[in-house]
Amino acid sequence: MARSGETPGQIIAREEEPKDVSLPPPKAPPTSPVLAVDWVRQHLFSSVPNTLLTLLCFWLLWETVPPLIDWALIGAVWSGGDPQLCRDADGACWAFITEKHRFILFGLYPFDEQWRPRLAMALFVGTLLVSSYPPFWRPWLGLLWVAVFTSCGILMWGGVFGLTPVDNTRWGGVPLTLILAVVGLVCAFPLSILLALGRRSDLPAIRMVCVGFIELIRGVPLISVLFMASVMFPLFLPEGVTIDKLLRAQVGIILFTAAYLAEAVRGGLQSIPRGQFEAADAMGLSYWKKTLLIILPQALKVAIPPIVNQFISMFKDTSLVIIIGLFDLLTTAKTALADPPWRAFYIESYLFAAMIYWAFCFFMSRYSQYLERRLETGHKRS
Amino acid sequence: MTPGDTLGDTPNSGAAITLESVHKWYGAFHVLQDINLTVQRGERVVVCGPSGSGKSTMIRCVNRLEEHQEGKIIVNGIELTNDVKAIEGIRREVGMVFQSFNLFPHLTVLENLTLSPIWVQKRPKKEAEQAAMEYLERVHIPEQAKKYPGQLSGGQQQRVAIARALCMKPSIMLFDEPTSALDPEMIKEVLDVMVGLAEAGMTMICVTHEMGFAKTVANNMVFMDEGSIVEMAPPKEFFTNPKSERTQKFLSQILTH
Ligand SMILES: Nc1ncnc2c1ncn2[C@@H]1O[C@H](COP(=O)(O)OP(=O)(O)OP(=O)(O)O)[C@@H](O)[C@H]1O
Ligand SMILES: [Mg+2]
Repeated sequence: MARSGETPGQIIAREEEPKDVSLPPPKAPPTSPVLAVDWVRQHLFSSVPNTLLTLLCFWLLWETVPPLIDWALIGAVWSGGDPQLCRDADGACWAFITEKHRFILFGLYPFDEQWRPRLAMALFVGTLLVSSYPPFWRPWLGLLWVAVFTSCGILMWGGVFGLTPVDNTRWGGVPLTLILAVVGLVCAFPLSILLALGRRSDLPAIRMVCVGFIELIRGVPLISVLFMASVMFPLFLPEGVTIDKLLRAQVGIILFTAAYLAEAVRGGLQSIPRGQFEAADAMGLSYWKKTLLIILPQALKVAIPPIVNQFISMFKDTSLVIIIGLFDLLTTAKTALADPPWRAFYIESYLFAAMIYWAFCFFMSRYSQYLERRLETGHKRS
Repeated sequence: MTPGDTLGDTPNSGAAITLESVHKWYGAFHVLQDINLTVQRGERVVVCGPSGSGKSTMIRCVNRLEEHQEGKIIVNGIELTNDVKAIEGIRREVGMVFQSFNLFPHLTVLENLTLSPIWVQKRPKKEAEQAAMEYLERVHIPEQAKKYPGQLSGGQQQRVAIARALCMKPSIMLFDEPTSALDPEMIKEVLDVMVGLAEAGMTMICVTHEMGFAKTVANNMVFMDEGSIVEMAPPKEFFTNPKSERTQKFLSQILTH
């Protein structure tokens, strides 16, 4: 039967094909050794608009990059505790960072004890790296985290093993930011999963509580959650009972992040076809086994991009604790400028803080891409 | 597999599944109307009927993927009620194979097969894997054990799905149009596996329009239309001498297509 679009010639050609031909050897995929010149011609100067755009980009780079290098590297002052040197130079005053980095990094933590937050951060970051590797996602990782949280707590607070006690009002800088973010993440993530599952529950009471919580928290800005946690919440406590300010901020961040994450997780849950639930049910798996073994692994994988998005956003949002007087990284960068002779070098200070934020956020972003690739099992095909 | 070459008769050793005047509604829509069906242990029942007649709904009621609203369903002597433990117990005894395979895409073939033995039946991992490999050999794809479902053809996926159901060592198997999502050349490989199961004496309810298969394995044919069982007869009678006019019409359509 002739299909539309085929000429009779083609059909005859197909019919005449001999039935028994030995197969040609398997053909290798085409490889294309690309010359640099060819590449440039194909990608940068293939048409008139493309050429114009390329030239425009070159011009912009020419205008911005050399002055930037001049400022940041060539004309910069790198060391020496004298602000006057910086004022005389044209470039960046990295001497400010050299001078103030201990304060920016560790805030008001007693200077001689700053090895403690330093060690705690090394433990924190090391454990984060270990946890990034999927084959390590085993029960022992949970135990490792408990151990790390405990030892970080001991290091930061002190008071045992001959460590001088340091009140958490003196914590600041990177450790504070990391603690708020990592503890926030570790607590908010499981909570968000429970909220997302609860929102889809068959039990109306559970569903209502979860929907109510999510919609309530999502309806207000984080800054007001923090403000309520720090100012209004103590008003409702019975007299004599005080809850630590840091803890209140931490709880505020956890609840806020959990509400947002819950919606990302729910999106993942909704993308799982009904057949997966039915197949799990038909095997006699209980609700929790079905959820943990079948549904969540798939749902969370689908939800990696929005989840990581939320992590990144939450990491930066910890800087809002400035309004309740906690000394996070951004606040220490700002406070370092309060020293009158160094007041002029706010660009350097904020750049320094921004680079630290960026390093963590960039890692998270790349990591999420790695994770998506790694968890790919080829079922997108159908 | 030659039509007419039927397998042995039903060993009458008690009912595996009993449906007694079962009714079900979706809203106001009466999907199942007074269904009465008994499947003996070792009996193989093939269900056919036009699209939307309630075939899937009926067999999904047997393992409670759907809830019936009136009547009684008794599986292996246990009545289906809202008792979650009883339902989970019945589901362990009843394997199900779906039209769309429903393999777990994030697990390898072997992990798909051992999931239920390890987590539901609490068997040791080594033993479960050994058993799984035996079932994979039975469905002729032991070499695919380490692959992910997304890397297999439709026919291979459906055979894995059958092996997965068998790994729970069920006493009853339900098939809901296991071959209708497959290309013709893959249908045979799946049907062959099912014939093998029938020969081994498995109790089966199978929704299918593969009439050659039905003639070979079925002890009883069930024809459904508009939510009720219109006709039930052994295949010889069913195909040569259908009583109801609707069955005749359906058969003439499906056999001559
Ligand atoms: N969840 C549901 N809600 C409402 N109606 C439904 C639902 N599921 C099925 N139905 C309806 O119930 C009827 C029976 O469906 P069922 O899937 O049992 O048919 P079937 O005989 O298996 O058909 P097919 O051969 O197409 O698979 C159909 O008319 C269908 O539209
Ligand atoms: Mg159906």
